[in-house]
Formats: sequence, C-alpha cells, structure tokens
Amino acid sequence: MARMTESNSSDEQPPSMELDAETEVPTEAAVAANGAQLALAEEQIVDIGETVGNVRCEDPYVVAENVNVFYGDNHAIKDVTLEISKKEVIALIGPSGCGKSTFLRCLNRMNDSIETARVSGDISLGGQDIYSKEFDPVALRARVGMVFQKPNPFPKSIYDNVAYGPRIHGLANDRAELDEIVHNSLERAGLLKEVKDRMDEPGTGLSGGQQQRLCIARTIAVNPEVILMDEPCSALDPIATARIEDLMDELSEDYAIVIVTHSMQQAARVSGRVAYFHLGLLVEVDETDKIFTNPQHKLTEDYITGRIG
Amino acid sequence: MSVAAFYVGRSRSIALVGGPKHGTELHSLPGYYGYFTAIWCLLPALAVLLAWVLLEPRVVVAMVIQGLPAEQQALSPGELDLLINNIQNLAAGDAVSGTVDAVLSDAAQRFLALTALSRRILAILTLGLGGLGAAIAWRRIRPDLRARNRVEQIVLLMLIAASSIAIFTTVGIVLSVLFEAIRFFQQVPVTEFLFGLNWSPQTAIRADQVGSSGSFGAVPLFTGTLLITAIAMFVAVPVGLMTAIYLAEYSSHRVRSIAKPLLEVLAGIPTVVYGFFAALTVAPWVRRTGESLGLEVASESALAAGLVMGIMIIPLVSSLSDDAINAVPSAMRDGALGLGSTRSETMTRVILPAALPGIVGGVLLAVSRAIGETMIVVMAAGLAANLTANPFEAVTTVTVQIVTLLVGDQEFDSAKTLAAFALGLMLFVVTLILNVFGLSVVRKYREQYD
Amino acid sequence: MNESRNTLQKVEAGLPGRRRRETMFKLAGLLATTVGIVFLGVFFADLIAKGSSAFVQTQVRLDVEFDAQVIAPGGEMDIAYADFDGLVRASLRGVFPDVSGRNERRELYRLVSVGAGYQLRDMIVADPNLLGTTQAIWVPAASTVDMYVKGNIDASLDESLRPLSDAQIAWVDALRAAGNLQTQFNSALFSNGDSRDPELAGIRGALMGSFYMLIVTVMLAFPIGVAAAIYLEEFAPRNRWSDLIEVNINNLAAVPSIVFGLLGLAVFINWVALPRSAPLVGGLVLSLLTLPVIIIASRAAIKAVPPSIREAALGLGASQMQVVFHHVLPLALPGMLTGTIIGMSRALGESAPLLMIGMVAFIVDVPGGFSDPATALPVQIYLWADSPERAFAERTSAAIIVLLGFLLVMNLAAVIIRKRMERKW
Repeated sequence: MARMTESNSSDEQPPSMELDAETEVPTEAAVAANGAQLALAEEQIVDIGETVGNVRCEDPYVVAENVNVFYGDNHAIKDVTLEISKKEVIALIGPSGCGKSTFLRCLNRMNDSIETARVSGDISLGGQDIYSKEFDPVALRARVGMVFQKPNPFPKSIYDNVAYGPRIHGLANDRAELDEIVHNSLERAGLLKEVKDRMDEPGTGLSGGQQQRLCIARTIAVNPEVILMDEPCSALDPIATARIEDLMDELSEDYAIVIVTHSMQQAARVSGRVAYFHLGLLVEVDETDKIFTNPQHKLTEDYITGRIG
Repeated sequence: MSVAAFYVGRSRSIALVGGPKHGTELHSLPGYYGYFTAIWCLLPALAVLLAWVLLEPRVVVAMVIQGLPAEQQALSPGELDLLINNIQNLAAGDAVSGTVDAVLSDAAQRFLALTALSRRILAILTLGLGGLGAAIAWRRIRPDLRARNRVEQIVLLMLIAASSIAIFTTVGIVLSVLFEAIRFFQQVPVTEFLFGLNWSPQTAIRADQVGSSGSFGAVPLFTGTLLITAIAMFVAVPVGLMTAIYLAEYSSHRVRSIAKPLLEVLAGIPTVVYGFFAALTVAPWVRRTGESLGLEVASESALAAGLVMGIMIIPLVSSLSDDAINAVPSAMRDGALGLGSTRSETMTRVILPAALPGIVGGVLLAVSRAIGETMIVVMAAGLAANLTANPFEAVTTVTVQIVTLLVGDQEFDSAKTLAAFALGLMLFVVTLILNVFGLSVVRKYREQYD
Repeated sequence: MNESRNTLQKVEAGLPGRRRRETMFKLAGLLATTVGIVFLGVFFADLIAKGSSAFVQTQVRLDVEFDAQVIAPGGEMDIAYADFDGLVRASLRGVFPDVSGRNERRELYRLVSVGAGYQLRDMIVADPNLLGTTQAIWVPAASTVDMYVKGNIDASLDESLRPLSDAQIAWVDALRAAGNLQTQFNSALFSNGDSRDPELAGIRGALMGSFYMLIVTVMLAFPIGVAAAIYLEEFAPRNRWSDLIEVNINNLAAVPSIVFGLLGLAVFINWVALPRSAPLVGGLVLSLLTLPVIIIASRAAIKAVPPSIREAALGLGASQMQVVFHHVLPLALPGMLTGTIIGMSRALGESAPLLMIGMVAFIVDVPGGFSDPATALPVQIYLWADSPERAFAERTSAAIIVLLGFLLVMNLAAVIIRKRMERKW
C-alpha cells in the first residue's frame, strides 16, 4: 500500500495528452515506458493512478465511494469510486479478471454469499448505505435486480418463473394481480407474443435468447430501480443479442442499467457512459462517445484498440 | 515351480537369439517369454487342483459307501449321512457316539486310505501337468513367438473373469433364493404366503400332532417391516435433509469440517452395535417414557428399533441429499438470491424442487436399506408376528424371521427352513426394485445438470 | 416512480415475517445437525460408562495348598481327574473357618469363579515343583462378586432381589478389608474364548475368527476387485454387457447383507458342502459383500489418473496392458487401497450374513485355522447382548469398544494413505 500512496501523490498532475510513449506514463515508472504490456502488470497497477475522466454524474442514485473488495488475500477491487444516475445505461468494460463483475455484484450484495469475500468503502442507494447493518440484502435485491451471464431460468413453468419474485415479495394480493404483473413483465421483455400460449411449459425449454429475456422479465416483475446485467449476451447468438440490446434501450427509460460486457461494440451501442476497469482499478469513466473516440488513459486506448484484452 | 518356469522360459528366449546382447531380435521382452512359460505351467495344474479339491470328498464318500455291506447301503439318505459322519469322525480320531463295530472301523480305514491315495494322485497329477505345460511352452519359444500378446490375452481373460464375478454373484443370489423358494411354494401356496394374516412357522414334529401344522401368512411380517421402516424414515428423512441443507447453506466452513466427519462416524458404526444400543438403552428408555405418559409400551417396541434405525440412516440421507443439492447449478441459487429471495426461500422454492428427483432417489435407497436392515430389528424388535400399526407394540420383520428360521439346526426340506428363502426372495425383489429405481433416478438427475 | 415506491413498501411490509421464517428454517437445520451429533455423544458416553469397567476384573487372593494327596494320590500326577476345585474350596474354608453347614459352604464357594480350578491345574502343569507347597495366588472372583465390587449390585436391596446373599456380601467385605480382594486388568477378556461364565469369557476366539475371515476376504476381494475395476475402466467395450455389469455392481452394493448370507448358505454350505461355522465360508461371503465397494472405489481411483499419462505411455509404443500395469495401476493404488480398507472395515462390522452360515454357535475354543468352527467379533457382541447376566452387558460394551477401536484404526489408516499419497494433477 505504501507504494500505492507514493504513486498516487505523483499522479496529481493531469495526465499528459501526448501520445509519446516516453512521457505518457507518470515519470517514476520509467520501467513501464515501453507501453502498457500486460507482462509488466505488477508495475502497471501502481502506475494506473487515479481514475481519469468523470466518475461523478448528475442526479446520482447509486454512489460507490472508495470501494475495496478482498477475496481472502486477493485484492480484487481497489479503491473504486463511481456514481450512477437514475436513468442511464452505464457499461463496465475491461479485460477478463479486471473486477468489473465483482464490482457489479457489490451493488446488490451478491458477494455476501461468498464466505471469504470482504467489502469495504461505502455504497449507497438513494442516499441509504446498503452495507449498513439495518439494510436487509433481501430488500436491496428487490430494488436492484440482476440478470446473469448464462440464462438461468428456474426449472419451473414460464409463468412461475416470472411470478416467482412477486410471490416471495408479496407484491400481488390475488391471482388476477399476479397475472397482470406476469403479463406486463413478459410484454415489456418482448417475450409475451412468443410464450402467450405456453405459459405452463417449463422455462428451460425456451431457446437461449428467449431464456435470457425470460430472466429479464423475471427481474422486472419485481419492479426494481436498478438492473444489473452481467454479460447478458455472452451466451447468445447475434440475433438474440440484438433483441436484448433493443430491450435494454427500452428499459433504460424506467430503470438504471449497469451492464458488464466483453464486447466494446455492445458497450458503444447500448450505453451512455462507459467505465473501464483494469486489474481491479477503475481506470477511466466517461461518456461513451468520448471513451471510444478520445480515451484519456493509455490503458483505455490500448484496450479499445485491441492491444489488451 | 512356475517361478522356475519363468526363469527357464526367459533364459531360453535369451539363449535362442544368442545372449542378452541380441535381445532386440526377440519379438517381446525376455520377461514375457518367462511369464508365458509360467502361465502354461501354472494354469492347467491349478485348474486340476481346484476341480480335484471340489470333487474329492464326494468321490471318496461314494467309494466308501460302495465298500459298505449291502444292508447299510440300503439305508435312507438321512441315516446314511449320519453313518458317513461317524466314519469321518472315526477316521479323524474323534469320539463317536454309539459303539464302534468292525464294519465301521473298516470303513474308516478305507476312508483314510482313499484320502491319502487321492492326495498322492493329486500331487503327482499337478506336478506332472505343471511340468508338461512348462515343457510345451518351452518348446514353443522362438524369437518370433508373440509372447507379449499371448500373455496379455490371458491376463485380459482373467480381468474379464474377475469382472464377471459380480454377475455370477447376482445370478447365484437369484438362483439359490429362487430355487429354495420354489420348493417352499410347492408346500405352501403362494397366495397363502402373500395374503395370509397368520404367521407361526412351527411345523409339527410328528405328523399326527394337532394344531401345529404351521401357517405361513407373511402379511404381519410385511406390515411390521413397513411400520419400522416408516418410523425410521420419519426420523431420517427430515433430519438428514435439514442437516444437508444446514451444512450446505448456513454452516461456516469450520462447522462443516467438524460435522461431516462426525456424521460419517455415525455411518461407520456396525449395525450390531446399533442393535445393542437399541435393545439395552433406547428400548428401556422408550418404555419408561411411554409409561410415564400412561401408555402401554412393549419392551421390544417397534418405536425403539425404528428410532435407532432412523438415526443409522441419517448419514445416508444427508449425503445423498447433499449430492442432490450440490448438483443444482449455482446459477439457480444466484438467480433466486438476485431476485431478493431469502436463503430459506431460495432453498425451499428453487433448489429443493430442482433437487427433488435426486432426493427422492436417495430416499428410495434409504428405504431399501431400512427394509433390509437386520441386526437392529433382530436385537430390538422381537419375534411376535403382530398385525398392528401401533408403534408401541412389538412387531417382527422379514429379516428377523429369516434369521430366526435359519439360526440353529435345520433340515433343508422342511417348510420352516424353506420359508426363510421365500422371505429372502421377497426381500431381494423389493430391495432390487427400489435400488434400480433409486439409482436410475439419481443418475438421470445428475446427468440432467452435467 | 410512484409505482416503484409502492413496490418498496410492499416488500418492506413482508420483510419481518420472512426474516422470522428464515430464522426458523436456519434453526431447524441447526437442530437437525445437532440431533446426529448429540446421538453420537450420548452413544459413546453410554458405551464407555457401561463398558469401561469390563476391562478390570475382581480377583481374590487365596492361600492354596497343592495337596499331593489330591493331585497325585498314587505318587503319579493325575491331572485329568484331580479335584482342583476341591483345593480352592479347602483354601476358602481356611479363610472363613467358622462357616459350616452345606448351604452356607456352597454359598461361600460361589464367591470364586469356576475358572480358579483350571488356573491351579495350569500352574501345576507348568511347574510340577509346586506339588506339596502352599502358594498365595490371585484367582478370579465370580461375576456376581465382581459386579458387587464394581458397585453394580445395590446392597440395600432386599436379599431376594439381588444375586448375592447377605452372608456373601459380608464375606466379600471381609476379604476386601483384609486386602485379599482387588481389581486387576482383565487379561482374560483378551486371552480367552467364549464362556458361559462371564468372568471367564473373552473375545480372543471371536477376534481370531474375524482375523481369519478378513484374511480370506482381502485375499479374494482385493485382487478380484482391482482386476474387475481395471477391466471395466480400461478395457471393457462400451456395450450392453459392460452396462449390465455396471448396473449390476451398483445394485449389489445396495443389496441387503442378509441376502448374501442366504447365498452363502445355499451355495457354499449346502451345495459345495464347505464346513458350517468356518471362517473360510464367512470370508467368501464377506468378499462377495465387499467386492462392489472395492470395485467402485478402484474405478474412481483409476478414473482420477489423468488421460495425459496414458497418452504419453501409449505414444511411446507401450501396449494398452503395459500402460495399465506400469503407469495407471501404481498411480491408482493408494485410492484402491483406501477403498479396500473401507470395504474391510465394513466386512469387520458385518454380522447378519454370518448368522446365516452358522457362525453364531457357542464356541469355546480359539480357532486355529480357516476351517475351524469360529465366530466373529460382531457376532460375539450379538451373542453376549442376548445374555441376561449384568456382567455380560458390561463385556458386550467392552467388546464393542474393541470393535470400534479396530474400525477407527482402519479408517484412520485409510485417511492417512489418502492424505499421504494424494497427488494434485
């Protein structure tokens, strides 16, 4: 940690805009001068420095301040600060193992179930500290829904899959209300037309893309405020992916969406802002256009130009 | 001898190509020629030895009987058996009941002589065969003999034979049980056995005895077995399942690392020990507790046996449930938690329904185990064939009756003895169905999520 | 947004009830886990409480005169017909000279085990010089005295309700006061065969029976099991026959053990005419019983050997058979051994099939071979558990402790082998 603070202090000056390899990286780390090769990762971590771009946003709803995550001795997330507003789509990108999924899982405390995981720092939702003792993760997850990498419908009927959330949270008073919720959720997930006549069939019998939309319908049936998506299209074919992306576009009118993705094209298509993670550090956050056309940080540039990743 | 054959064979193969330096001219390594010779030496001799040992007593006895005076050859098979027994005892120098007459001691002498002769023939035969086999193999050794392939073929055959023993065991079980059961059903109709309500297997010693013809209605045994199994399952299924859930979902790593081996200890305790505990500690305790509540409890109540059997089966249920729960992909769990389920909701509404087939399969295996369990019920459940569903009364089970019918002296043609095999057939068939069904459910279920 | 707030309110309204159910569920799980472990604790506590006293035995010191008149009436020692019990009785009379009357004397004689006479006989056989001398020796007390000394007989009960009379208790107390009564390590428990007299009964016969059986079992089940596993894993074509064998083995592992006993009775005893009650037959039955366990464990061990090793050896031109015997087998051996030891420990604890093949007889002699009549440790436990005497209950518990000790050692050995030979691929 001592080295970290040291380098932090040296990074006070705004990063150089020149693309000259010699000067671009802060001076102390001359070793890293040869560019951001991952082979030199150890030294690189130290020299990434503070997040560049703009971690703040207007009307923030989800606020993460100085978040650190440890898995046992492994420091998976290092001092990440990020604000997310109520109605935006923000994409978290970065190479494998950079901590973007870990950070996502912090936002609805899914890391709680991992015995060795430890989270420090503050994350608040609408001004409430979600890691405080009084905050029930169950209530949190009703407000911050999650869609997973692999479609994971329950081995139940399509109807029961969508009705599961409302049922456990007691959102519907009678069958008619529940029917309505299920109906609306499927409708909004763009799945209703396809499954209308087979609501009693198992959800696992649908195609991959349909399954993932079913999972989205299941999530929005609880009427959350934020939807977290962990590489929701990585297991899908391009056509199914396109449908999910359209869906995200529609949903972004009502929900804040945080999406982790491996695909820069996808991030460019769906998100308003992009956050780039590297080895547990948040390197750069900015408007999507800005990140892809004019990245501030050398690492970001390397990543989006395909030199890392 | 076959060790010697090994070296002879090996050295010949080396000698044939002109010394160890020319070993590459052989098809196989010299050692394989050694094995080749040794197998030729050993196998035929071993086969003869085995056959001889199995057949010798019968042949010798038959020859002794041949030598007996005519009037004794005419004796009934039972009496003849007794006579042979006497002769053998006499030959072994043991005390014999009754007077020793000349015929008997003559026969004993003959018996001894024949046995000694047979041993000598056997020794010569096996040694001769071994030598012959080795010699044939020795002659056949040539550099181009594919010795390794031959040896490997024989080894492969032996491996196949070993794996077939499992099949032979099953066939043996089926045949032996079925054969005797059929003999039983020739004496007692199947319908009476399966539907009769009265079980008292004492057959008359004398044909003219009154009122003791014996009745073989096995229904009280079936209900008794079911009662005790039900009590055991009533204990084992909820406790085993909740234990598996707690250890999988709630307990810390440390608790799990202590509790799991302790439960395995529970599974490793021999059943006779459970039986002792059931009979001497639990049964009196159940009786006292029952009496203090004003209930009438038999000293060998079904409850005591069932409770202890349930405890015995807890580890089985919990480990099979644990397997089933762990086979549910963690994505299901994440999905449910991500929607805001509590852990118990995740478990009861998503994971358990998904794991249900596996758990059911496990329970079937546990039921099969309970039905076939013997020692606990033999020691703690009693012999009274009561047709009752009251857990405080004494009942008897299929396994208890098999043991009581077969322990002690027995003749192989009485209905009493054969009844045990009929019960064994029932037991085997029922547990086989449960096992096949349970195992296939468990396996199918596992494949579903692979 | 209103809708969202609405949702939130509903969720929060339901939370207390859901938290309560969560806690209940968790407690139920904890309770279930405790049930098994508490049982285990109660079980061991009960066992040790009942059984530990059987490891000591009350002894009485007597001054016995090896009376030449009795042992060698005609000058020659006549061991077979000499009245050694009479010598014991005479010395008892010497300790309590004022006991008279037939019944009282008989009660007095009952203080000492019938084994005392045999002990004198063995002494004089071992050392003929004792003839005519008087020796102070410790002889085992009768089991009732033993029970009284261990505090298992309540002297305050009415005389008719306890196995010792008032007079006998007075004598025992007198012996104890004079220092002629003490408890010693019960070596008879480990050196004697079975007996009708609890104070003379030991588990040596049963232990030897179990030992011979396990020898037979391991000699048969280990090679056959390993060979079958090798064939099924490495050579068997995937066809219906090997499927059948596979299903069959899994089923055999779950067939009730008593059915194996029926098989043994019908085939080995009735058909092949092997002797009843012999460890040989017991071993045969137990090998069939443990074979599936060993095959399943061995197959798992073979499966755990990574295919890269096979491919490497095959690539060097080794035959399939050479690959298996040179590379796979040595690597899989620890796993196979572990499985075999587990199978053996199961065989050691098994009793039901042994009842079927007549190993349940009352056998005093310690078996000396594979075809001598014998019993096994678990069957001995079963036999003793059926005996009404309080002293047998104590010995049953002791025998169980010994049995569990053996099982513990075997399982520890399995764990150690697994731990030490474990490889990470």
